[in-house]
Amino acid sequence: MSSNKSREDNGIGIKTRRAISYIVLVLVTVLCLFWFYLLFLYTTKTHNEIQLGFSAVPGSNFVENWMNLIKGTLPILTGLLNSLFVSTACVVCSTYFSAMTAYSIHAYNFKFKQAMFTFILVVMMIPTQVTALGFLRLVDGMNLKNSFIPLIIPTIAAPMTFYYIKQYMESALPLEIIEASRIDGSGEFMTFNRIVLPMLKPALAVQAIFTFVQTWNNYFMPALILNDDKKKTLPILIAQLRSADWLKFDMGQVYMMIAFSIFPVIVVYLCLSKHIVQGIALGSVKG
Amino acid sequence: MNKVEAKKVKKGKVVRYNKWGYIFLVPFVVTYLVFQLVPMVSTIFNSFFENYRSGLTQIGPNFVGLDNYKSLLGNSDVWKYLKNTAIMWIMGFIPQILLALLLANWFSNVRLKLKGLGFFKTVIYLPNLIMASAFAMLFFALFSDNGPVNAILINMGVISEPYRFMSHVWSTRGLVAFMNFLMWFGNTTILLMAGIMGIDMNLFEAAEVDGAKPTKVFTLITLPLLRPILIYVVITSLIGGIQMFDVPQILTSGSGAPVNSSMTLIMYLNKHLFSKNYGMGGAMSVLLFFITGILSVIVFKITSKKED
Repeated sequence: MSSNKSREDNGIGIKTRRAISYIVLVLVTVLCLFWFYLLFLYTTKTHNEIQLGFSAVPGSNFVENWMNLIKGTLPILTGLLNSLFVSTACVVCSTYFSAMTAYSIHAYNFKFKQAMFTFILVVMMIPTQVTALGFLRLVDGMNLKNSFIPLIIPTIAAPMTFYYIKQYMESALPLEIIEASRIDGSGEFMTFNRIVLPMLKPALAVQAIFTFVQTWNNYFMPALILNDDKKKTLPILIAQLRSADWLKFDMGQVYMMIAFSIFPVIVVYLCLSKHIVQGIALGSVKG
Repeated sequence: MNKVEAKKVKKGKVVRYNKWGYIFLVPFVVTYLVFQLVPMVSTIFNSFFENYRSGLTQIGPNFVGLDNYKSLLGNSDVWKYLKNTAIMWIMGFIPQILLALLLANWFSNVRLKLKGLGFFKTVIYLPNLIMASAFAMLFFALFSDNGPVNAILINMGVISEPYRFMSHVWSTRGLVAFMNFLMWFGNTTILLMAGIMGIDMNLFEAAEVDGAKPTKVFTLITLPLLRPILIYVVITSLIGGIQMFDVPQILTSGSGAPVNSSMTLIMYLNKHLFSKNYGMGGAMSVLLFFITGILSVIVFKITSKKED
């Protein structure tokens, strides 16, 4: 501590710098959370209270807004179930098969191994939008419009998830273990399911969260594929709310609808934030 | 001799096992071929045909060669949308990278010893996980003519009558940029922080012993050593920027209002996809493919260099 003293003469003292940092951090925190505070505040108000102007005091209309939303014209409960179903199915497909692909490249030696790995890395950045046109024509041709299949099955080939799991395997999956299970007479497929997958749990969990959030929030593709009210996911319903003559809506309900699609993710995030924040850094930049 | 034999046996075994490498690749390869490669070829193929609906009559498909590209690039619309996308990306990205650099530097500074880092990291990353369409809808409601933001500004006496955020070019663009900034600066901060943590701590200590000021340490040590990661962040963000869609689409209800000033490239593509103008949509996709392709190759070069 005493050695710090002499350095404090250089420029601004450490204490001042620390104070400035905290002030900026608090401001940034407010900047991030203010919108969600407003959202929550407005879910508690009646339409008339909202029209009257701003007041920071919460109203008492939370339950009523909620009931109105559920009984209203937008099929939001079906939307919620659809979103949950699609997201969960995508998580299962994407993590399981990406782990399988990563295992293939990590644990075996075959002719096109390096070529395959390079190929996946190259296509990793290509956005789905640029092949959307051909994809839609394919979906039309297969008669899969208004079906969840074209939203779920393609996630089997998820280069980003693959890359993350592959990176994780390099540090956490020694080949000796696979060797040992072979000697014990376990088949390759069995080894993958019973031994490799459980060892990958931390990486799978991180990718499961990311895939879930991504699919939950996905708007572009579902909006082009699903147009039957019974099949729509939450982002499509939000867009519908926006394009309708929304001024005629009860604003309390509008805010409730937005909160309804946002808060589940916030709750999950707050429970798992530690793993998520670590996960971002691990996946993209190695050292 | 025994060793050689053992090796032989092992090799035979390995080869026998290695066929499983192919088997485990099957799901990925098949899915990729069917749902990515076939659509890509079909997209390119479609771009050479005239194929759209005009009222009730279906025009085409007729082979027209490069005509779609000519009319796409010859038309001023696509350049305008490219400019819109670029403007909104830059307006969001510059504050994002500056704030991220500042925060990453503080978070990883050993001498500052900030408390509550877990909390701050959690908070700044939060907006990234929010459904972009719901976030845009929220901002649309909050910034509407008689929404809370206008009400607060009037209460505070900043303005005397509601400012119509959605009717002015720069306030609409500003809102889109601001939302992108808010959603991505946390992510960038955490990436840059991981980068700074990867720098050899001895360098910082040596600089301190030599009496370097914090700003000097930052500009002469942190920034140069962070260069590869900075480039990575810039380009991946640029690729993300080209895909900008959800936020402006919902905020302006797909119209790109006012007067198409917030219409992005993907919103334009989305219009063609909805109206089933396959020829122009195809040409547009191929154009986007080339832009992102070039950028991806650069990212790939950087990341593979780093692993050496």
